[in-house]
Order: sequence, then structure tokens, then C-alpha cells
Amino acid sequence: MTDDNVDSDAADSSTDSEYGFGPAVADTAASTSAPRIRAKRGGRGSLRRKLTSIAILVGALTAVGGGYALLAPSSGAADTAVSAADVEKGRQLYETSCITCHGANLQGVADRGPSLIGVGSASAYFQVSTGRMPAVSQGANNLRKDPKFTEDQTQWIAAYVQSVGGGVQVPAGNLRADDADLAEGGELFRLNCASCHGATAKGAPLSAGKTAPGLNEATDSQMYAAMLSGPGQMPVFSDNQVTPDQKKAIIAYVQSMKAQKDPGGASLDRVGPVTEGLVVGTVGLGLLMVTILWIGRKS
Amino acid sequence: MSVTANGPTVKGPKRYENPRTPQGKAGKWADERLGLAGGARKQLNKVFPDHWSFMMGEIALYSFIILILTGTFLSFFFDASMTEVRYDGSFIPLNGVEMSRAYASTLHISFDVRGGLILRQIHHWAALLFVASMTIHMFRVFFTGAFRKPRELNWLIGLGLITLGILEGFAGYSLPDDLLSGTGLRIAEAIMQSIPVIGTWVSFLVFGGKFPGNEIIGRLYIVHVLLIPGILAGLIGAHMALLIKQKHTEFPGPGKTEHTVSGERMYPTYSAKAGGFFFLVFAVCAALGGLAQINPVWLYGPYNTAQVSSGSQPDFYIGFLDGSTRLFPSWEIRVWHHTIPAVFWPTVVLPGILFTFAGAYPFLEAKLTKDRAKHNLLQRPRDVPVRTGLGAMAITFYAVLLLSGGNDLIAKAFDISLNAMTWGGRIGLLILPPIAYAFAYLVCLGLQRHDREVLEHGIETGIIRRLPNGEFIEIHQPLGPVDDHGHGLLQYAGTPVPKKMNKLGNPHTSKVRGFFYPVREKAEIEAELAAIEATEQERIREEHRELTD
Repeated sequence: MTDDNVDSDAADSSTDSEYGFGPAVADTAASTSAPRIRAKRGGRGSLRRKLTSIAILVGALTAVGGGYALLAPSSGAADTAVSAADVEKGRQLYETSCITCHGANLQGVADRGPSLIGVGSASAYFQVSTGRMPAVSQGANNLRKDPKFTEDQTQWIAAYVQSVGGGVQVPAGNLRADDADLAEGGELFRLNCASCHGATAKGAPLSAGKTAPGLNEATDSQMYAAMLSGPGQMPVFSDNQVTPDQKKAIIAYVQSMKAQKDPGGASLDRVGPVTEGLVVGTVGLGLLMVTILWIGRKS
Repeated sequence: MSVTANGPTVKGPKRYENPRTPQGKAGKWADERLGLAGGARKQLNKVFPDHWSFMMGEIALYSFIILILTGTFLSFFFDASMTEVRYDGSFIPLNGVEMSRAYASTLHISFDVRGGLILRQIHHWAALLFVASMTIHMFRVFFTGAFRKPRELNWLIGLGLITLGILEGFAGYSLPDDLLSGTGLRIAEAIMQSIPVIGTWVSFLVFGGKFPGNEIIGRLYIVHVLLIPGILAGLIGAHMALLIKQKHTEFPGPGKTEHTVSGERMYPTYSAKAGGFFFLVFAVCAALGGLAQINPVWLYGPYNTAQVSSGSQPDFYIGFLDGSTRLFPSWEIRVWHHTIPAVFWPTVVLPGILFTFAGAYPFLEAKLTKDRAKHNLLQRPRDVPVRTGLGAMAITFYAVLLLSGGNDLIAKAFDISLNAMTWGGRIGLLILPPIAYAFAYLVCLGLQRHDREVLEHGIETGIIRRLPNGEFIEIHQPLGPVDDHGHGLLQYAGTPVPKKMNKLGNPHTSKVRGFFYPVREKAEIEAELAAIEATEQERIREEHRELTD
């Protein structure tokens, strides 16, 4: 609603080049009030005019700067503003659930858990949000399970890990490119990911009991965090190898593939010829064997 | 219901020469020009025996017809070209991607041609069914000894049909030029290159240069739609012609001899049955094609030599070679400065041995058993335990290879280490076939003994009697005449033996009714049965007299 007001006002006084900030200001309440005042009073006094434009300029700069600080990826925050209180809550959770294996200072404990210095909030977020941490046992394969912590708690733990050790972080905001980038995402997925996760993202076993998991349940931020941090056997895809935009395109492709209906009928889990062979051997031949037994019953 | 192979009685020359019905007139018109009536009469009166196990080959035949019908439709829209195009079609996730025209036209068939996807899917399901039904048909022929003289040549033709069916399937699987099939072609290239001395040249010859080149899809297309189907059609014709010439085998039983064949006439009963069965096979293919997605190439993406997907598998009929490759150790042998790659043994040598052995089997068996007689009667698997054991052994060997071809998915589904699956497959491949042989052999003997026991003692009636001395005995119903000790006199003849009382049938009600109307009147049957009973009684009395004398 306020957008409309501002836009019409700006259009009315299109001669005032200063008001070119109008649309950018639209987000804040302070800025909407300013053009309204101007429109109603329509003052032509030079001092008032200057003061008004300065106020708008200040408001606009504050809004843009503040908005940028809040939303833009930065080297500081992992997600929306991380406060010291969040880090403190994260520390408490860490000290009740993680400290046994990762140590009081994230330095790791021999034969129990690795050091978390430098893994970054991306790694912590991935491991905790997918339920892999806390782990039930030491083994080749740490599988996805129901997470033990809520999303907020996970963020706090990640913030704490980040605050102590530093490292890679998942940027805030939308992590999924739009449909225009699906094709590029698909190419990148087949090139970088399909060799382990499979072209249909169903996952596959690796050697010695390890697996590349299927991506059925993976969320945008989990996939992004995995690419950044390289959990388990997965290599790290740093921003120099696969740029953030490419990562978002890959995520968009995977999510769109998962959401796609199967136009051909039952998906057979999209794993290809093995289940197809199983179906033809059991359902196809099975039905026809019943048929020939029925036809040949009288002989 | 059974009739013997005599022609029907002709009802008088007048009617025969001057037909009154439109069909008759049309027939006369055609016969006067083509002169086929005599031959057609003979063929239409051919008698085909009727047993469920004889219909597996029919599934293959009907699948082949379905493949030709659906394949013709697909060929209207498929473009077997490797020219690069930028996709611009209904499937948004691939819009703007560079791909071959083959892949683009497959997407076009799947998304933009009316009915294209279901026909593509029916075609693919029918292809799997074609090879699968040929395989089980071959099992039937093997286990019943139907390959014996005079039918060794038909066994060889059948083996050729399976081999060509597998090649045909692989060519078709490769045509869409998607990531999955391109990976398959890459492996095929590796197999060709592994052949000592000539490997590189074979690969260059097939691909028209280095892999993948711009030729292979066009070449495979001609192989897939013209060359192999043509040979298949010719061989199927020969297979059927030999079958008609030699007549079908049948199981031994009362009234069955090596010199007669009993069953239904080609026309009308057998052809009606076969026609109905064709539509049932089509129904199964169509149901699968409409309900279950197969080879969703749009999910795999176009082929790109830089890409490979985990879990890339061939269709099931190649699966045993995939399995053998996964199980074979990575032994590289160097002979005279030539490297023989490990892949050569499981993918070239092994199938070579398997198919050679399969082709030679009828001749080997004849040689080893010194059996040079003609056989028109089949054998029940239990009556030839060694052959049945060998078959069980071969099937087990094949099954271990086939399962190993999908061992990654099995490992994932059941959370087993892939390494354990590989070692399990290697050990299983060596020890399970002999176990299967021993098991099948013993089961055959057991089944034979049970048959002999029933012949000797009769069928268990389920009636328990208590004797005056307190002993409990079960009453047995003898199947035929008995000697002084109550032991049956019927000889073991390799025919089915009834094991339950209600398998003996009730002559007063069985087979009186047809589907729509009584086949024969009850009184008529009862009179006939009484006559049979009387002669039978007379015969038994006669036999007894001879035995007691």
C-alpha cells in the first residue's frame, strides 16, 4: 500500500530529481512519511525544501545501509544478526551436547571427535541440522537422522562454533536461484555431484561402507553448507571453484528435480534399470505366468 | 477336447465347389488365384499341444510384434543424429542445454508428441519382456529336454535369437544419447578396446574414430531398426517353421507317443487362444507403460564425456556382464608387450564361454549319454536329475552375476558395505552353483521316489483306521491293479502321478460343461463311461487271471 503512495507521489513531482530515491526508501516507515509531508504541504521555501531533501537522503541512506547490513552476505554474520546472546546460548548447548567429543575449546578429543577449529558455522550447521551430530556411534557412515536440536538451537551452536574457531559460513537470504538458472544448475550438478549422488540425486554407496547420501530430504541451506564444508567423503566446493551463484543454481536444480512429478507413472525410486528389471521380472513376467497358467489350466 | 491330426471329413463336393456364403465365395475367389487352399488346410489343421509351459516363447513372439508396432511409431519422431542443438522445448530444466538431436528428439517424443511417452515406455517395457521371456522359454526347453534330436538346430536358432535380442536391446538403450546410455557406450568402447591386438581398431571401426565421435548413434539406429530386427524376424520365421515342420513336443502321458501329437487344431481353437493371449501380453505391456516410468532420460541429462552418474546400470539383460565386471579381480596381464586389461576376461571371454557352452550342450549331452534317438516326448525335470542339476547350477551362476550387477543398490538399500557385496558375490559365484546342483539333484530324486511310492502304495486318503490290535494305519487308494501284497502294478513311466484324491477326478461331473453350453449330454457320457468301466474291469480280470495262473 505504501509503495503505491510513494510511487504516485514520485510521479506527481517527477521534476524533483532528488526524489529518485523514492522506490528505494519505500521499505521504511520513516521514509514514507517524508514524501507525504511534502505532497500535502507542497512547500516551495528553499530552506524547508533543503531540509526535507536532506531528511529524505538521510532516511534513504539509513534504510539502504541498514538493509544491506541486515541482508547482504558479509564476512561477519552467519545468518540474520548473530547476537552475543545467541553465541552464549550456543555455548551452553555445546557444553552439554558436544563437548565430550570435541573438547572444551573445540580442539577435539583423541579417538572421539575431530577439532572444530576452522570448520565454520557451515559445517556445524550441516552436521547438526541433518541429525548427523550428535553421532550415535563412531563408524564409516554417519547417516542422516532426525535432528536433536531445533533450527534456532542449531543456529546458536553454529554461531558459537563460528565465534570460537572461524571458518566457512552459509550466507543469509535466498539460497535458490530462479528457474532461468535450472539448466546451468543441471549441468553443474551432473558435472560435480552426479558421480557420487547420482544423476537423480538418489545417492550411492562408496567404498567400505561409506555412502553418498540421497538428497531427498536435503534443504537449501544444508546443501549449501555441505558444498562449502565438504562433510564426510565429500570434497569442499569452495566459492572459487563453484561460485555462490552456481551453488544456488545447483540447489535450484536439485530442488526442482525432487519436486517434479513423474510423467511416466510410478517413479520406481528413479534409480534406473535395476528396479525396472525387478518390475519386469516380478510384475510383468509374474502377471503373464499367471495368465499362461490360466490359459493352460485345462490341459 | 483333444483331437488327433486327421483332416475333417469333407461334406460333399457340391458344397465345396459352389460356396454360397460370402466368406466361402471370397475363399474360392482367392483360391482360384493363389491356389493356397491345400497348404492352408494342412497348416490350419496342425495340432498344437496345450501346456502352460509351452506359452513362454509365445510371450517373446508377441513382445516382438509389440516392439515393431511401437518402434515404428517412435521412428516417425526420433532423429538419430549427433548434431549439437540447443534444447528449446517443454522440459524447462534442460532449456538452453547443448545436446544431440537424438536426445532432443527423445525429449520431444516424451513431452511434446501426443502419446509419445506412453509408447516409448511400452516399447521399453516390451523390450525387457522380450528378453526376459526368451530367457524363461530357454529354461523350459532346457529342463524338459526339448532341445534333443531332432531339435538341436532350433536350440541354436533360439540361442541366436537371445544373443541378438540382447544386442538389439543394448542398441535401443543407447539411442537416446542420454547420460546413462552414453556411459553404457563408453563401457562398450572399453570392452572393445580390451580385446588383444585388434581392440583399438575394432573401437575405431565401430565409432568411426575416437569415442564418442559423430557416427555411433546413426549407426546404432540402423542396426536397431533394420539390421537386427530383420535378422530377428528371419530367425523367428525359421524357428517357427522348424517347429511346425517337426511338430511340437509334448509331455509323456496316457495316449502320448513319440509318433503322435495331440492338442488343439491351429484353426480355430489354437489361433483364438493365441490371439487372445497376444492381447493379454499387449495389456501387460501397456499397463506397465502407462503406470510405471521407465528410463526417464530427462532426469539423466544429455551425454557428456566429462560426466558420469553413480549407479549407472545397463538394462537387466546386460546386468550379468556388469556383475561379472564388478566381481572380477583387477588382474592386468602383460603378454609380449601387450597389456590384456582385466575387463577383457569378464566381458569378452566369460560370455564367449557361456554362449559356446550353451550352444554345444545338446551335442555334448547326446555324446555323453550316447542317446542318438529322435525324441518328440519331453522329459520331466525330475527324471533327468543331472541335467536339472546343471541347469540349476547355470541359473545360480547367472543369478549371482545379475545380482552383482546391481550390488551398489543392494548395498545401499540394505546398508551393507559395497566391498562386502563384492566379496560375497565372488565367493557366491564359486560356491553357490555346486550347492544348487546338489540341491536340485536331490530334489529330483526325492520327487521321483515320491512318485514311485504313490504308484506302489496308492494315494494317501487321509482316512485313519485303528486295527483291532490298536495299531493305526492310513488307508491308501491304489491307482491301479494291485498284487497279492497290495502293491500297485503300474510302472513308473515319467508321467505325472496324482498325489491327492481329488486329482483322480469325478467321472460323473467332470468336463460336461462348456463355457456357454454343455459340451456333451450327461447321459451320453455316463453310457460311455459305463462301457469303458466294463471293458476295464474285463481287462483287469484278464490280467489277474494271467498273473494268478
